[in-house]
Amino acid sequence: MIRVVLPAHLRTLARVDGEVQLEVRGEVTQRSVLDELEARYPTLCGTMRDHVTKQRRAFVRFFACEQDLSHESPDTPLPDRVAKGAEPFLVVGAIAGG
Amino acid sequence: MSGVRVLVGTHKGAFVLTSDGKRKKWDISGPYFAGWEIYHVKGSPADPNRLYASQTSGWFGQVVQRSNDGGKTWETAGNKFVYDGIPGTHQWYDGTPHPWEFKRVWHFEPALHDPDTVYAGVEDAALFQTTDGGRNWQELSGLRGHGSGPRWQPGGGGLCLHTIVLDPSNSRMFIAISAAGVFRSDDGGRSWQPRNQGLGSNFLPDPSADVGHCVHHIAVHQSRPDVLFMQKHWDVMRSDNAGESWQEVSGNLPSDFGFAIDVHAHEPETIYVVPIKSDSEHYPPDGKLRVYRSRTGGNEWEALTNGLPQQDCYVNVLRDAMAVDSLDECGVYFGTTGGQVYASNDAGDTWAPIARDLPAVFSVEVQTLE
Repeated sequence: MIRVVLPAHLRTLARVDGEVQLEVRGEVTQRSVLDELEARYPTLCGTMRDHVTKQRRAFVRFFACEQDLSHESPDTPLPDRVAKGAEPFLVVGAIAGG
Repeated sequence: MSGVRVLVGTHKGAFVLTSDGKRKKWDISGPYFAGWEIYHVKGSPADPNRLYASQTSGWFGQVVQRSNDGGKTWETAGNKFVYDGIPGTHQWYDGTPHPWEFKRVWHFEPALHDPDTVYAGVEDAALFQTTDGGRNWQELSGLRGHGSGPRWQPGGGGLCLHTIVLDPSNSRMFIAISAAGVFRSDDGGRSWQPRNQGLGSNFLPDPSADVGHCVHHIAVHQSRPDVLFMQKHWDVMRSDNAGESWQEVSGNLPSDFGFAIDVHAHEPETIYVVPIKSDSEHYPPDGKLRVYRSRTGGNEWEALTNGLPQQDCYVNVLRDAMAVDSLDECGVYFGTTGGQVYASNDAGDTWAPIARDLPAVFSVEVQTLE
């Protein structure tokens, strides 16, 4: 199972508490994880990436295993530890404030 | 027994204020969608329990919320707003072409007779429609496609379509865009023409150009859809011929800059504005929060101050943040960027805050309940 941690606002939208666990078929990539996440929670469509182009929204970041994966190709395989469920895939709202 | 429900959109969530017909004691519920910008909440005239809310965030984009029980519970609706065809470009602040990009919904206008049909005014300026209660949205692309789109430019708040007026007697519609102006459709939104003759804007190379004007809001009395009132960037205007031409009615206002304008529910020639000092000083002149009322459809204005702060007040009242109810004694409501919602239950003669410390208020709508 793939573990996904959502930011608070998206947890509220999706009406979930804590981590989300997903079964992802095939290669585990940003795209396949987000596809599965949006299929499970359609209310999240458009909140992390564009409906049509699938481009990441500018103020959304993707982290895992203490790495920033935001600028990786969406089809690059995620780290093994994410694919095996040992580490979560983190969807993070970029920092703002003062 | 009759009652009133006030729908308030703020910088950090939505609030619902309710009262009975006396409008003296108010209950406040919320925040709904806490932490998100709520540009607008509006109920369907055909089914007052059906509400639509525009929930937006710089991080997570646009969400549409729908309620079927007057705001007690909410569910997300569709949020896919895709421009029809190749979006093209509009003018950027520096006059260069800039691609059309969807940012947010500024205004929902539910259809008069069908709770599932709603019009959405969005930034970058375009008009969308749903006919299935918000699940799917289609652009009414005749507006952007009529030819002047490449000359539209954003105002300070962005290139936004913020006002939608539906004519109850036919399929005519009006919309307003900052900064493009007023457009009218006579065929339910399929085709559009600019209706800006008589407007003057000194920030344009040709101040009387057919498009490019920063119209802040327009208001109509349902019984006289040919008569429109406008608060422009500067100038308060009226049209007596469905927008074919406009004339200035600023008269004795202390400033003719402002955002909000509305019409009394039972007196089509009684209108309200909140003068703001200038385009760079977005607060009332002299630190005095005054609603101005004209009982003559403009030109002659009286200050309404009873119950409003008359010193050291430096809030703004945004374009969608004024509304009226339709009880026998017309109620008037407005919200401020300081988080107050003021109400008058006697057509503006006296005022009282019905909420004091909300986040900055973006929008106020009122439902009169049977």
